[in-house]
Amino acid sequence: MTTVVNQPAPGGAARQAAGLPRLLPAAPEDLRAHLARYGPAPYRNQAGAFIADVEASGLTGRGGAAFPVHRKLAAVARAGVRPARGQQGRTVVVANGAESEPASRKDELLLQLAPNLVLDGLQLTAEAVGAAEAHLYLHYAPGPQILRALAERAARGLDRVAVTITQAPPRFLAGQETAVVNRLAGGPALPTFQPPRVSERGLGGAPTLVQNVETLAHLALIARYGPRWFRAVGTVTEPGSMLTTIYRPDGKAHVREAAIGTPLQTLLDDGAEVQAWLVGGYHGTWLPVPDAAGITLDNASLGRFRAAAGAGVLAALPSGRCGLTEAARVTRYLAAESAGQCGPCLNGLPRIAAALAELAGSGHRRQTLTDLKRWSGLVEGRGACNHPDGTVRFVRSALAVFEPEIQRHARGHCSARDRAPFLPLPPGMPTSEEDWN
Amino acid sequence: MNTAFWYASRATGIVALLLLTAVLVLGILVNRQGRLPGLPRFAVTDLHRNLSLLSVAFIVVHVLTAVADTYVHIPLISAVVPFASGYERLWLALGAVSLDIMLAMIVTSLLRGRLNRILWRAVHLLAYASWPVAFAHSIGSSKDLQQGWMLGLAVACAMIVAVAAIWRLAHAARQVPRARRVAAIFAQHRAGQVTR
Amino acid sequence: MAETLRVNPIQCTGHGVCAELLPELVTLDEWGYPVIDPGPVPPVLDRDARRAVSACPALALRLVSR
Repeated sequence: MTTVVNQPAPGGAARQAAGLPRLLPAAPEDLRAHLARYGPAPYRNQAGAFIADVEASGLTGRGGAAFPVHRKLAAVARAGVRPARGQQGRTVVVANGAESEPASRKDELLLQLAPNLVLDGLQLTAEAVGAAEAHLYLHYAPGPQILRALAERAARGLDRVAVTITQAPPRFLAGQETAVVNRLAGGPALPTFQPPRVSERGLGGAPTLVQNVETLAHLALIARYGPRWFRAVGTVTEPGSMLTTIYRPDGKAHVREAAIGTPLQTLLDDGAEVQAWLVGGYHGTWLPVPDAAGITLDNASLGRFRAAAGAGVLAALPSGRCGLTEAARVTRYLAAESAGQCGPCLNGLPRIAAALAELAGSGHRRQTLTDLKRWSGLVEGRGACNHPDGTVRFVRSALAVFEPEIQRHARGHCSARDRAPFLPLPPGMPTSEEDWN
Repeated sequence: MNTAFWYASRATGIVALLLLTAVLVLGILVNRQGRLPGLPRFAVTDLHRNLSLLSVAFIVVHVLTAVADTYVHIPLISAVVPFASGYERLWLALGAVSLDIMLAMIVTSLLRGRLNRILWRAVHLLAYASWPVAFAHSIGSSKDLQQGWMLGLAVACAMIVAVAAIWRLAHAARQVPRARRVAAIFAQHRAGQVTR
Repeated sequence: MAETLRVNPIQCTGHGVCAELLPELVTLDEWGYPVIDPGPVPPVLDRDARRAVSACPALALRLVSR
């Protein structure tokens, strides 16, 4: 049973000062409360000025890839100004709210509590890249807060570009950039081959900016308070704050905004005994707990264990559970979510999942581990998207961290005292073309 | 001289029909990733492409010699424009339709990299229309093919094409749709393990 | 101008013609899909590489300049 709880920083520092929280109010804010707190979105009416501020702020994407936001903005703006043959200089902006990771709840919560911040960010980026078309992409039908926000903004004439809402299927790959564009164009949420990148040729052939909703919220604040304010928290190379979805050993999910560079121990510890941490969600990395205890929430620190923060999903696996079984369950989910378009991924991921399931069973053949390692090497980098790469990262780190458990299972034992599933996974697997629409 | 042209036109027409039969079967073989015994994989693709060009070469001679033969008047344009000929109007029209489709297939294939994939595929699928139309043209306009061992030859070609087309259709019917492919691999892998 | 061989894995259906024509740079994995050398194509293999690109029945192979 999980509950989602927003945890503001104690003391409630003034928003314009360095502190947290920056993004999440304690309760959903309607337009009036939003305007009272922040004022209207500061349009610049001057090409390039906003992008320069974003560059100075050092903001990276909060959807998982951590790509420097100013570079994406500049690329789309540039492609719009110098259109390719056959294009008319249109650009498109998309607010990507399809967080796709079953374990991530931050985008959903952000859109409930502060939809106007996200929508401000969408309008500001539309202005920055000269877009006349804006989309909001969600896994679910838009909730009352989003609909109310859009209606209130329309009534006040706040939005320069109309926003179209499109629903994404509940697929792991639905939030991938090219899958987003594919779905917005009326097709299935399936990745397509790049090049061309969507920032050069995306929706309807126009350069398309796809940005995570949390990134847009940060942009809305940077526009008001400037890059220096943004850099007041975080590290020098990775400034700012990020929303994390945290699973402590008690199993409850919390969404919490954390300054980049916060020790993971602070975020994940609840006093219970922990055997491993999972950082970066289901395409992320397992970390051994005593060794990784000093790690902080920034890619420089996480990189020492070949990990990255991703979209901020952090889990602490308590000692009484079987990490191998958890990894096998997740890997089976990841295999089932393959688009099935590329030979290596289609053939490799189900076999990898089956092998891991065998390791998590009682006694396994010697050949299985060899096969698993060979298949992992075969799928990396050979798909149209990075689904196989992310899956392999998850699997390899599980094999390393849960190696002692593999040995125990080989002899028919298991160290788990609690066999209930820990990591959240949706039931069933996609079976028809409609499941991707 | 006319007789020579006449005989040449009949002969090249028959050879063209044989070549086109081979081209269509090879095309199906390429799609099914089939092999010709003793030959490497690229031979199937290369043969398919080369023979299609050779077929058109034979058809060009077939048309030019028929036009050059002054015993009957066949305007050159009737090779690509149906019903432009007074002589054997219907049968020549079928020939023109078949040749038009072939030319479209070859032009789209030469420009394949620059064209929309769906367009290329749609035009290429017209092969299944082009061959029967060419066959009807052949049987209808050639007395040679209407009797004796030549008739047997023509019927054999038709049967080979029919078998190949059924094979192709059967595969299309059995093909696992994309959304079920992963499940199929899971099942395949489990079955493979049980037999170990 | 250095060029590398790239395959579009969505279009590729594992015909294997590329591996036959360019074994120096392309091998097939256990499922019949091409594993391609990521480095630049040596000039001596340039013609063979172009032939492989042209021969692919799925038109999945391409030469891209760095």
